[in-house]
Amino acid sequence: MPELDNNLKTAGRVKTSAYPIEHFVADIDETPVRATDSATAEGAPSSLWREAWRSLRRQPLFLISAVLILAILVVALFPGLFTNEPPNSNCLLANSDGGPAPGHPLGFTQQGCDILSRVVHGTQSSLTVGLFATLGVLVIGGLIGALAGFFGGWVDAILARVGDIFFALPLILGAIVVVQLPFFQQNRNVWTLVVILVSFGWPQIARITRAAVIEVRNADFVMAARSLGVSPMSALIKHVIPNALAPVIVIATISLGTFIVAESTLSFLGIGLPPDVMSWGNDIFSAKSSLRSNPSAIFWPGLALSLTVLSFIMLGDALRDALDPKARKR
Amino acid sequence: MRFTRNSRILSVAAVAVFALSACGGGGGSTDEAATGGNTDAVIVVDGSEPQNPLIPTSTNEVGGGAVLDLIFAGLVSYDADGKVQNEVAESIETEDAQNYTITLKEGMTFTNGDPVTASSFVDAWNYGAAAKNAQLSSYFFESIEGYAEASAEGSTVTEMSGLKVVDDKTFTVALSQPESDWPQRLGYSAFYPLPADALKDPKAFGENPVGNGPYKFAAEGAWKHNEQIELVPNEDYEGPQEPKNGGITFKIYQNDTTAYQDLISDNLDVLKTIPTSDIKNFKNDLGERSIESPYAGNQTIAVPYYLKNWDGEAGKLRRQALSMAINRDEITEVIFNGGREPAKEFTAPVLPGFEEDLPGSENLEYNPEKAKELWAEAEKLEPYDASEPLTIGYNADKGDHKTWVEALVNSVKNTLGIEITGKPYATFKEARTEATEQTLTGAIRSGWQADYPSLYNFLGPIYATGAGSNDSVYTNEEFDKALKEGLAAESVEEGNKAMNEAQETLLEDLPAIPLWYQVAQGGWSNNVDNVEFGWNGVPLYHAITGK
Amino acid sequence: MTWYVSRRFLQLIPVFLGATLLVYFLVFSLPGDATAAICGERGCTPAVVTALREQYNLDEPFWIQYLLYLKGVLTFDLGTNFSGRPIAVIIAEVFPTTAKLAVMALIFEAIFGIVFGLIAGLRKGKLFDSTVLVLSLVVIAVPIFVLGFLMQFLIGVKLGWTNPTVSGDATVSELILPAVVLGLVSFAYVLRLTRTSILENVKADYVRTATAKGLSRKRVVVVHILRNSMIPVVTFLGADLGTLMGGAIVTEGIFNVNGVGLTLYRAVLNGDGPTVVSIVTFLILIFCLANLLVDLLYAWLDPRIRYA
Repeated sequence: MPELDNNLKTAGRVKTSAYPIEHFVADIDETPVRATDSATAEGAPSSLWREAWRSLRRQPLFLISAVLILAILVVALFPGLFTNEPPNSNCLLANSDGGPAPGHPLGFTQQGCDILSRVVHGTQSSLTVGLFATLGVLVIGGLIGALAGFFGGWVDAILARVGDIFFALPLILGAIVVVQLPFFQQNRNVWTLVVILVSFGWPQIARITRAAVIEVRNADFVMAARSLGVSPMSALIKHVIPNALAPVIVIATISLGTFIVAESTLSFLGIGLPPDVMSWGNDIFSAKSSLRSNPSAIFWPGLALSLTVLSFIMLGDALRDALDPKARKR
Repeated sequence: MRFTRNSRILSVAAVAVFALSACGGGGGSTDEAATGGNTDAVIVVDGSEPQNPLIPTSTNEVGGGAVLDLIFAGLVSYDADGKVQNEVAESIETEDAQNYTITLKEGMTFTNGDPVTASSFVDAWNYGAAAKNAQLSSYFFESIEGYAEASAEGSTVTEMSGLKVVDDKTFTVALSQPESDWPQRLGYSAFYPLPADALKDPKAFGENPVGNGPYKFAAEGAWKHNEQIELVPNEDYEGPQEPKNGGITFKIYQNDTTAYQDLISDNLDVLKTIPTSDIKNFKNDLGERSIESPYAGNQTIAVPYYLKNWDGEAGKLRRQALSMAINRDEITEVIFNGGREPAKEFTAPVLPGFEEDLPGSENLEYNPEKAKELWAEAEKLEPYDASEPLTIGYNADKGDHKTWVEALVNSVKNTLGIEITGKPYATFKEARTEATEQTLTGAIRSGWQADYPSLYNFLGPIYATGAGSNDSVYTNEEFDKALKEGLAAESVEEGNKAMNEAQETLLEDLPAIPLWYQVAQGGWSNNVDNVEFGWNGVPLYHAITGK
Repeated sequence: MTWYVSRRFLQLIPVFLGATLLVYFLVFSLPGDATAAICGERGCTPAVVTALREQYNLDEPFWIQYLLYLKGVLTFDLGTNFSGRPIAVIIAEVFPTTAKLAVMALIFEAIFGIVFGLIAGLRKGKLFDSTVLVLSLVVIAVPIFVLGFLMQFLIGVKLGWTNPTVSGDATVSELILPAVVLGLVSFAYVLRLTRTSILENVKADYVRTATAKGLSRKRVVVVHILRNSMIPVVTFLGADLGTLMGGAIVTEGIFNVNGVGLTLYRAVLNGDGPTVVSIVTFLILIFCLANLLVDLLYAWLDPRIRYA
């Protein structure tokens, strides 16, 4: 507890003691008066996003997560660099549940496939599912939630109720049906899965966004903007949404992980990716049948999944910090 | 209900620890000397929710079947080895394998006190066959004369002309053609008798059935849906399945993995199927308390003839190549930990008349060189259309098929180098619909479990021209003829000879590719003893005793 | 306020109609013939199939089937499922158990998620924060069918602290383990949400004011920071109730709970339209009520939010 207190006190003290008016007047010794003046006069007003980017670049959290994500992307795009095994082959039952062997550092699955190769080759589809399903729910859910929360009234009533209907629909029911639509039946791949996950996942983000927007829309700075003549739409986009992003980012980063896992659960129900598509979800599901005799078959894809989620959670945290003007003041 | 269950747990615990006699449950006395176990114990076994009211002719799945087999007794029953023994029947006589005279034993009653008479059977069978009652197992009566009229769509005929009641204890059956194995079928649940009340309100009867078997419902409402079904011994029952315990409670599970956790923590007494995920652990976990016992069931993959690459002479070669590319020994050993027997023909080893090395059985042996040769030969006749790669369909909702299908796919891929994948169907009904409508786009797994111990049961319903489960849409006159000869044979033994001849045709044509025979892998808790499995993979519930 | 609430109740009518229509349509479009599920591996004779189709109105066009169902609902007759059991009885059987399970899971994830999230937020970057991050990663990355199985195996079988499965009575003590498993993923969400909200608010002006006023540390944290951080968390929890009730398929399967999720799952697999629609409609109503409650809570948590 004392540690906590310290933190808070320091945070408070910065503003009260040493530089009481630092935010209003630039230090003349350090900043030429002219430069300050010209900045406000002609340069574009410093946007929230540019500010955020500037602070993001300096955060170690961001750098670490960016490097990790980059690494994962490289694995996803060029799996051949990391394993000599071609995808989906050389599975010999003779190697079933085997431990690490020369050329096969992580051992074998129950089907006798090289675990390293499966994890490496599975990156692409798992990452695609996670990333694009997340983007999809962010765009659809975020938009609907923001509109519902900001405008309220009948817009809210319609959008929120439609969300309720979709949210309460059982995912399996929808998924089984969507998978069977003629179009999807012929093209059953990661994108089918993305569509399913987005169509039944957006209401969650929508509700969270709506709540955050409701909370922000009454804030003083929005009132101020509106009374200055800013149109409702641009107030929503410029002032409300950026300030309502924090909980949305949290949900999105976690969802990224749960989407990748959901692919596994859908495979479990026979409506996930086809068995010949390599993915972490397929692997985790397959490994379930040898959970007690060969835990390493589930450990490695699980670890890859954890690392991916971790890097996106860190990125989300960094982004949140960067977007929060209060946090940046330090 | 809570009191009943608690007293059961108490009684089992008390008996197990202190060797006292039970305080709740049914009557009877502890009879350690005779059976080597406590005959008062209530045995908790795994079950699944019956899908229909418990009426013999409307039950077509194992969950309801297991219960029916305990509360009803048919004309005949099967012993542990699948041998037919008379149960309610005093005698079943025939001279031409077509006309049968059936006499019942004296003094048999249903548990509501009604006597078991000839009309108990005849009325029940007529009810089962008549189209207007829409009974799921109606086709079991198809051999009886007059079935066609009674079962035709929209028919109002309620009686089959082949059934005649002679007196209270005698009735005659005329079949539409001679079938020597017909009496063997009579132990199947569809042929059970029904008390007169049952037909007045079948739906109510199905909730609280009254039978004539070794067990009866513990009380009205003993079937708590999706929870448990409580049975107690029927004291009036006399016959070969005399209960050696104080009752059987079917605890309903959604999946075997869950039931297994209950078994190894002694919350469940008997589990009849070890889940795939624990096949490697169960012998370790249970030790002496586990069993592996072959039963009359098999696993095959049906390859429809309407698929482009699999018809004609080239198709036949490809089928043989495919069959020889599957390393059955390795898959049964590694995936099932030895818990399956590689198939040598199309039936199952526990059946009377089974023969291991029929001519053509070498087509079911793993032979990568020969497989490649045959495939190449087929290529010369007609090149393989790679735009329709082979898929192996299986349903993902019941049973764990994914693991072995994947192993099979890898085995074929590694041997023949062709493109082949597993194809999961989300629901069983989806797969069945495609099979019935002949719109499958690949092969499909199909398992068969015997209804009654007979070779014909594995051949006729699946490979005869136009048969109900002929997923491959196979038709071969030679085979049909041999089958018919077998049915008409004077004795079961002679019939089996003809059946095996028919199988030689199948082994050559391979309408479906036999994979392996089922082996029941089961286990029991520390509380029970004398657990044995029957010819059909179901534990002999009546013989189980407490410890 | 009364006006707002009654309006929300009125909105239930279109939601009910829309939801039943949509769900019925989805079930109607399910691939495969429903009678194939009833007939099983061996199949039925064509005559039996015809009779079954008639019995369950399967031959009628979609609109007629839907209207027949609606008519049943309005006369308080939900019909029977494919096993011939009244759907109302089935719902009465499974809903209490699942409601108990879902509420317990909700309490678990709310208490642990908020407390852990609060501490993690206040001690950002410290050991506790990193530990719960790893914990939530495990919860997110390992699917529930694995995690649930492991917990059942360790706690139920190896340690024997509780029965591995839930009996028909579904007592509270039996449901603790399943509830924890069910609430795990949501726990991770609640935790991260709370943590982020706390971070947002820790530096807010009113917190500084409150501290400057000389309020006790505890009061500042609980009354000011926590209360103001609760809106996203409460939103999530409200929406989660519905998910927990209908989506507990895997958890209910692992622990053999006779609940809504499994009943729904089986009905979907069998293409049992009336059962699916009845259960989903129930879920949607619960869902809407939970959301209404959440919306009303906003005004209490943040007095600036007003409902006309």
